[in-house]
Amino acid sequence: MLEFIVSKYNFWIYIILMMIGFYAMIAKRNLVKKIIGMNIFQTAIILFFISTAYKTGGATLPILLDPHGHGHGAAESAVAVSQYINPLPHVLMLTAIVVMVATLGVALAIVIMIYRKYGTLNEDEIIKAMK
Amino acid sequence: MRFISFIVTVLTGALLIYGTVDMPNWGDPNSPASKHVSPRYITKTEIETATPNMVTSVLADYRGYDTLGETTVIFTAGMSCILLLRRRKKKKAR
Amino acid sequence: MIFRKDDIIVNTISRILIPFIQLYALYVIMHGHYSPGGGFQGGVILGASMVLLLLTRGYDEAKYKFPEQIATLFSSVGVLIYAGIGLLCLFVLGNFLDYGKLAALLNVTPSHARSLGILGVEIGVGFAVMSVMYSIFLDISTGGVLPEDEEE
Repeated sequence: MLEFIVSKYNFWIYIILMMIGFYAMIAKRNLVKKIIGMNIFQTAIILFFISTAYKTGGATLPILLDPHGHGHGAAESAVAVSQYINPLPHVLMLTAIVVMVATLGVALAIVIMIYRKYGTLNEDEIIKAMK
Repeated sequence: MRFISFIVTVLTGALLIYGTVDMPNWGDPNSPASKHVSPRYITKTEIETATPNMVTSVLADYRGYDTLGETTVIFTAGMSCILLLRRRKKKKAR
Repeated sequence: MIFRKDDIIVNTISRILIPFIQLYALYVIMHGHYSPGGGFQGGVILGASMVLLLLTRGYDEAKYKFPEQIATLFSSVGVLIYAGIGLLCLFVLGNFLDYGKLAALLNVTPSHARSLGILGVEIGVGFAVMSVMYSIFLDISTGGVLPEDEEE
């Protein structure tokens, strides 16, 4: 039982963080608070992906420790796969972080336009004004 | 309304926590995510691309088309910010 | 709207720090093959130095260092560099973004040609990310209302 908790608890922490962002997205009435909730949600997703890349047993970050020879074909000594953590989630999340900042900018621009038109950021008042 | 939101949040969280029971253990070297394509990236990056940093070689070479799409997304976000917000004061009439 | 503050500490520190931040950003882009770094990270650091210039000096002075028209131009030039390297690989009978075929043009081994292709692509990404970060910050902080030169 203890082993089960130790091997899974980081996923539970990310799910709790994700649900905090989800609650802010669906329950808050202010549009800026909804955007903050969306960012907390995306941060939880990024932490989840990064944690799946980890390998126990002394694996280090995905940069070759001893880059000798610079690619002269088959004379290379073999690289142990278990020595380096999985590089693929790092690549996907590296681009996701920058796209997250760009979408945050677009969302704030849309919020500024809504405030200029309706004079409020409260969702109920905006829906009332639209009718 | 706020109470219904809280109930929905708790139910979704419980469902996701139930889903983690089938996830591989944290740091398992034999998990499916570490077995499919990443051994190829780790062993061949020095031979094929002469780049010790695997993140850079996967980002720009093995998955370069994906990164081209991401760069286009960032470019589109910048353009849409300009189109949404930027207004110039009118120059004086000539 | 951001105006210049006459605070001697802020002005002096920003004047000292901005060149070093930009030099470090270029190092991060260029050394991305051997250490953590690359186009996205270096581009964001370079954009942060431009944002620091805008915050401390105000829009009226930052306009002469890095005008917003140049930012718009650079963001499209970055994507153009990326797609142009991919198209260059098509012209030497390879696949799209297959840098190994550039070895005949660059007169190096195919693995080194891939390394150089990665470097060119990262420079394009750095251009795009830098100018888009600066452009988004400029638009949101000013609300989009840029004062045009009144005297004509």
